[in-house]
This record gives sequence, structure tokens and C-alpha cells, in this order.
Amino acid sequence: MQGRDVRFSIKLTKAYLCNKIMKYLDIKYVLKNKVVGIAGCGGLGSNCAMALVRTGLGRLVLADHDRLEEGNLNRQYFFRDQLGEHKVSALKENIHRVDTDCEVEAHVIQLEPASVIELFAECDVIVEAFDTDHAKQMIIETVLSEFPGKAIVSGQGLAGFGNNESITTRRLDDLYIIGDGELEVTEDQPPLGPRVAVVANMQANLVVELLLKGE
Amino acid sequence: MEILLNNRKEIIDQDEIKLDELIKLKNFTFKLLVTKVNGVLIKKDVRSDVIIRQGDEVHILHMISGG
Repeated sequence: MQGRDVRFSIKLTKAYLCNKIMKYLDIKYVLKNKVVGIAGCGGLGSNCAMALVRTGLGRLVLADHDRLEEGNLNRQYFFRDQLGEHKVSALKENIHRVDTDCEVEAHVIQLEPASVIELFAECDVIVEAFDTDHAKQMIIETVLSEFPGKAIVSGQGLAGFGNNESITTRRLDDLYIIGDGELEVTEDQPPLGPRVAVVANMQANLVVELLLKGE
Repeated sequence: MEILLNNRKEIIDQDEIKLDELIKLKNFTFKLLVTKVNGVLIKKDVRSDVIIRQGDEVHILHMISGG
């Protein structure tokens, strides 16, 4: 890093630590060199990715094995003309409609511990955005055991509607959990756009904070 | 003995207890959990090998489907 950049970085850090006030250009300056991994590109992952891109993130690593279905459109950041596409490809397309400079690695893959390690090794922060409890457990255990010191931001408890006040952020070392911590998705408690997007955007908001603080 | 479970003090009426027994005792009903003891991740298949003693710090988190 050159002298001028070092001074700039120190100035940013002081600004952050003092009062969390940073100009948008300064925020984008830091975020353009950061990498975020998103595991699962459904309701949480697609909304979280779009919020991060709009904030100026430089690179995203996306992983998901699903194709877009009509039932996904009630909460996922996709469009009718993308039905049938792989979600990672459709999301990459949507990201580039906002920011053509954002680098996107799109992996059509059902993640397992070995592929989590391979794909997300260089990520500064990992977002857990799966829908099944099995997959959530798998990636949390893998990241905590294989990447000590790397933050993972998990979404847990987003079903239904209302109850804004029940959605919180909890921290256990490098694991951050955002959601109501209670409500599983069922037929009587479906995942809906507003509450899913609230959790996804809280995940993105925390990721931005962690990335700027890390600077 | 007294332990710290999910940041709360808990009195357990035993001198020691295996982690899988503690999970049953405290009625964690979700089938998928992430557990840590004194900051160390304990995977499911070794929970019956890990013994919790006086002063230990235990975290038991349930996984909630939906995303």
C-alpha cells in the first residue's frame, strides 16, 4: 500500500471508530476491495447480495444449485422472465444491471464441507442464506472449524409476517445470527417478501459494518 | 454444579454431565443444533464424549429452516 493510501486508510478507520460516520465515496473505496461469499441464493441470499452490490461491494462468490420457480417470486430478488434459470446466473445478471464493475463468481453447486472450504477460502465474510436446517448446520460447523476468525452471518427465523421487534442480531464469537430465532417455515407460516427481506438486509447491513470495521 | 448455558447461569443437579444429556435435560427440541463448549465447536457425533463440568461455558443453538 502506498503512503497516501495508508494515510487514507488510517483516516477511514479513525472516522469509523469515532462515530461510524463515513462518506459514501469512502465506504465504496473500502468495499471495492472486499469479497463476500453467499451460500444459497434464494430469499435471503438474493436480497442480501443486491443490498451489498448497491453499497459498492467489489466481489461476490455465489453458490446455489436451484433453478428459479414461480413460487420463489414472492420473496426472492428475481423476475418473471428469469423463471427456469439457475438462480446464481439470474442473480449475477441482476447484480450487473446495478453495477457492471462488481465481480461475480457464480457456482451452480450443492455445497458440502469440501466445496465450502474451496469456494469461500478467500472471502472476508460468509453469508449463510440456505433454506434447510441441515445445510445451515453444515456450513456453520464447517466455517467455524475450518476458518477460525472468519465471520459467518446466518439468517435464522424469518417465517410469517409482522413482529418486527422479534428480529434481532445475536453473536457467538465469529458466528452472527439474525432473525427471530424461533419461527420455522411451515405451510401455515410461509416465508413472505417483507420479513425475508428484513432479515436479508440486516445480514447485509452487518456484513457492511464488519467489512468497514475490519478496515 | 453451576455452568453458563447460552450466557445464563444454570444449576445442574449433578457434578458432571455429558453434552448430549444436557441437551435432553434442558429440552432443546429442534433436531439440528450447533454446540460450543468453552469456545470450542463440538460436532454432533462427539457430543456424547464431551463432559460438562463446574464453570464450563456452553452454547446450544438451534437451526431454524427458512431462507
